[in-house]
Amino acid sequence: MTITWYLTVSAFVFAIGACGVLVRRNPLVILLCIELMLNAANLALVASGRAHGSQDGQVFALIVMVVAACEVAIGLGLIVALFRQRLPIDVDELRELQG
Amino acid sequence: MAEVVFFIAALGVIAGALGTVALRNPFYAVLALVCHLLALAALFLLLRAEFVAAAQVVVYAGAVMVLYVFVVAYVGGERGAMAAPVGPRLKVLSAMFAGALLIELCIAIIGTTVTALDGEGGRFFVGFGTPSEIGRLFLTDFLLAFELASILLLIAAVGAVLLARRRSGLEMAGDLSVADVLRGTHGTQTQAGLETQAEAAGPPGR
Repeated sequence: MTITWYLTVSAFVFAIGACGVLVRRNPLVILLCIELMLNAANLALVASGRAHGSQDGQVFALIVMVVAACEVAIGLGLIVALFRQRLPIDVDELRELQG
Repeated sequence: MAEVVFFIAALGVIAGALGTVALRNPFYAVLALVCHLLALAALFLLLRAEFVAAAQVVVYAGAVMVLYVFVVAYVGGERGAMAAPVGPRLKVLSAMFAGALLIELCIAIIGTTVTALDGEGGRFFVGFGTPSEIGRLFLTDFLLAFELASILLLIAAVGAVLLARRRSGLEMAGDLSVADVLRGTHGTQTQAGLETQAEAAGPPGR
């Protein structure tokens, strides 16, 4: 399989993730779709690195994984804090993050 | 053989992604994402990224998704009746936007003049993608990124603890604190003194 195939799969997953961010209203699922997009970027990085025979793409992908884990931790902390304040878990209803 | 594995893994990747977006129950969406991550790890193995595949399974599917499962169990699914269901117009527009994004990316990928993408990959040496090579790169060429990533992890850990802590005092009515239980003031009238007749009988006239 040429590298183009891997990049096409990455494009599919990215588009699906982007659609999910727009359509879903539960912030947990929106975070999941952001994870999808990050994974698509990881696949593109690793595939492009492989195309040039370089490991830089893999190193970059590992750093992206670290960033994704941090973002998930903060996002889930926010959702838990929202839940504790009895605010609706629905991005269409949430107006402000005060408090 | 590699083609068969590629197609099975790519099918798993796209099916997992569709499941994450389409499934109503957020718990099922998390499970679909776990399948997506495992299939993606298989694709990484095909690209000779062994350490990245292992990190994907252990860190991403193993730790991050478990965190998600805990939070989904705590917060719960879409609560009852939504204020208004997502209108079909938004769904159609999002699908069109995603389709346009996909077409644009495919034009860029398939129509590119970068010839490296037409082959099966560049030259690689034995040990490409192994942990020793990745570790060597992290500690020599990419040391700054490595250190910044560890600082970022520290910031995220501190931030998550701060966000999820209870504010001072109890914010939910009816919550008991340890002091309440020790003092014995739970479940009794707070006005009446402890072990008095008034406490046992309640306020007069009731």
